[in-house]
Amino acid sequence: MDTKVFDMNDIDIAWCPGCGNYPILKTLKRALAELQIQPTDLALVSGIGQAAKAPHYFRTNVFNGLHGRALPAATAIKAVNPALTVIAESGDGDMYGEGGNHFIHAIRRNPNITNIVHNNMVYGLTKGQASPTSQRGFVTPVQVRGVFNEPFNPLAVAIALDASFVARAFAVDIEQTTDILKKAIEHKGYALVDIFQPCVTFNRLNTVQWFKEHTYYLEDHDPSDRQKAFEKATEIEKLPLGVFYKSPQKPTFEENVGIHEEKQNPLYEREHDKKVLSDLIETFKVRL
Amino acid sequence: MSKGLSSLNPGSVSICLCGQAGQGIQTVEHLLTRILKIAGFNVFATKEYMSRIRGGMNSTSIRISSRPVRAAVSTIDVLVPLNKGALRHVERNVSARTIILADKEMIGEDIDETRHRFVNVPFTGTAVEIGDKIFSNVVAVGTLAGLFGVELPAAGKYIEKFFSGKSSDIVQKNLAALKKGFAFGAELVESSKINFAIAIDAGVEDQVLLDGAEAVALGAIAGGCNFIASYPMSPSTGVLAFLARHAKTFDIVAEQAEDEIAAVNMALGAWYAGARAMVTTSGGGFALMIEGVSLAGMLESPMVIHLGQRPGPATGLPTRTEQADLELALYAGHGEFPRIIFAPGTIQDAFCLTQRAFNLADKYQVPVFILTDQYLIDSYYNSDAPDMTKFKIEKHINRTKKDYKRYELTKSGVSPRGVPGLGDGLVVVDSDEHDAEGHITEDLDLRIKMVDKRLKKGESLKKENIPPELSGAKNYKNLVVCWGSTRNIVEEAVQKLGRDDVALLHFKQVYPLPEEAAGYLQKAEKTIIVENNAASQFAKLIKLYTGIGIDRKILKYNGLSFFVEELTEKLKEALN
Repeated sequence: MDTKVFDMNDIDIAWCPGCGNYPILKTLKRALAELQIQPTDLALVSGIGQAAKAPHYFRTNVFNGLHGRALPAATAIKAVNPALTVIAESGDGDMYGEGGNHFIHAIRRNPNITNIVHNNMVYGLTKGQASPTSQRGFVTPVQVRGVFNEPFNPLAVAIALDASFVARAFAVDIEQTTDILKKAIEHKGYALVDIFQPCVTFNRLNTVQWFKEHTYYLEDHDPSDRQKAFEKATEIEKLPLGVFYKSPQKPTFEENVGIHEEKQNPLYEREHDKKVLSDLIETFKVRL
Repeated sequence: MSKGLSSLNPGSVSICLCGQAGQGIQTVEHLLTRILKIAGFNVFATKEYMSRIRGGMNSTSIRISSRPVRAAVSTIDVLVPLNKGALRHVERNVSARTIILADKEMIGEDIDETRHRFVNVPFTGTAVEIGDKIFSNVVAVGTLAGLFGVELPAAGKYIEKFFSGKSSDIVQKNLAALKKGFAFGAELVESSKINFAIAIDAGVEDQVLLDGAEAVALGAIAGGCNFIASYPMSPSTGVLAFLARHAKTFDIVAEQAEDEIAAVNMALGAWYAGARAMVTTSGGGFALMIEGVSLAGMLESPMVIHLGQRPGPATGLPTRTEQADLELALYAGHGEFPRIIFAPGTIQDAFCLTQRAFNLADKYQVPVFILTDQYLIDSYYNSDAPDMTKFKIEKHINRTKKDYKRYELTKSGVSPRGVPGLGDGLVVVDSDEHDAEGHITEDLDLRIKMVDKRLKKGESLKKENIPPELSGAKNYKNLVVCWGSTRNIVEEAVQKLGRDDVALLHFKQVYPLPEEAAGYLQKAEKTIIVENNAASQFAKLIKLYTGIGIDRKILKYNGLSFFVEELTEKLKEALN
């Protein structure tokens, strides 16, 4: 399938030239095209921020909701219509900051969705404040003495919660990122892909060069080894990339809600049985 | 009137059960009301309770009548205090005529025989004889049932049904407790110590006994609800629990969210994907949902919000009642967008309006509120079963074509709503200002068109307005106005006044304010409003949309509902 099916015509893209969002947009289109997923069968769900605008540059179904709230909406969309491929995509501030609570609980629910997080370790749209993943010492107009909070470690948190799929990618590496995204989308269950990306305007610390020097791809790593995965996720001198962890198979949220076993069709095609409701109401007559 | 104790409200008896949380008052209330309903009496029950799991002091008031009774009263004809302190908890409503049925061993010095009309009934001793003091509750049920001359075998059958999940030993012991208690009650009647002489009503049999939460939840199912996400919060949780219990039967996704923010965003995602979703919450939880309400406005997503009010600000009185979140619902959400607010006055309203909320939300793509409160949610009485032939689930989703535009500009402001996966089109919704396709825009001319489009729906939906209901004198000089759950209380109080110049006007739709309001108000020489809040929020709303000020305000905000007696007195004062 050609990635062109996802292209929008005549759009004014709101990202800075050289932004790490461009390669992510490109790789996601590639991954979806290679997986033969049609625009009509896909829903991209995002929050707010520069990364959260990505779905607007995609020809598909889009739910661009509130800051931090992509995961609850995405979870519900998948539960209502499990046939859709659902991807929740936003930045580090959106998913790990404003939406931190939902991040934790989405992992616990295990909906069969892919959670893509554009992680540039800075707030772009609000002009350069620290994000939950900003490194210690990072000076911003608000963190004037440098960041002193412990950086949020999304992978370690996800593995601690026994997330069903946990990976990290680097936006600039098109081939590897496409491959990781394909694995995540094909994986049954919640799949986290944290993608390192440079912010060319507000993050002069974590540049493309910096990421190149401070990352490496996991080799001979067994993603079923949770202890090892956690160990890898907590490495900070050099940050590993690739698929860290895959949990043993477990039921998805859509399966657990218990209404898609006998019927697979979306909820909008189903009707309540009036007779059954009348019978239920009848029980409130309290007859012997 | 017969000798012995009779009721202070002719034709109706009021029983108050009082005890600690966890002591089984709920069980006594449940069994007694069902047994009396089966026997053919009209019943009404309401409760007040403290915010704790065990201990504290809770009470339930039950009215039994030959004619329909649907409102809270303060009078206590029969008090059953289940432990020490219970009598003191309800002392202010105990009169010289209140008969106190109690186990002296249990309540001890609380009884002052110089003031109290006391009948000792050995609930505990009897229960212990049967095998355990746990059976004392069913002894009490039996005693009360015995006072009304219900048929013992029928009562026994219900007890068997209720305890059917337990061992046959437990069932037999409960039946023995019922029988013993029944004999005490019957003896009190035979010895003419108590004589209520309440007639049965043939109409009761075919009626349903529902509380407000059940009525809202059943109405939701009748409206096609197939998704609920919420966070537990008194007094709204009953709706979530009910739908969760019946989720499998009706293909409902019922999820307890991590917080109210997740709940409302899940519900919006669900509507987007083609479900009919709702949330149920109370003031504090709703406060967290407010950005989501605004998102519904911008996405033009349908949404149904059950907001069960309790006293605020903040945590307030978590288990009590109030009507103080009208303005919260009215103004919730930044930006300008239309909405509908219903406020059920009766159990039937709770069912019908919730059912209707789903159809209107879907038709106009707006948030619709069901504004109830703890009083309505936790009260129940027998009333006509909803006529299922009257209700239709109206779905307003469309199969899309390739060139589908979610926000196509139309005359009514309503654009045909597609859902992803249904048809060849793509469905794009955005919390940013957007173009017809749904994509983000900063085109400021388009912005005006989109604002106008959204507000136009607010005009279009007015044709669905439910007018207020007038009862009492047609040629009234005095008009008593109320909204939401106070309806039955105000109605009974107005009837008690027995005046031919007083009418009642009840609003079950409070926003948009139905245009009939002004006409009714203008006709009155004096207007009086009754609200369960301190700032008379509905009077402000009336003034805003009609320019008419309300003359007198009767407001209550101590956390309890109005009672018929106090309201009757207050209305008398206001009418002078």
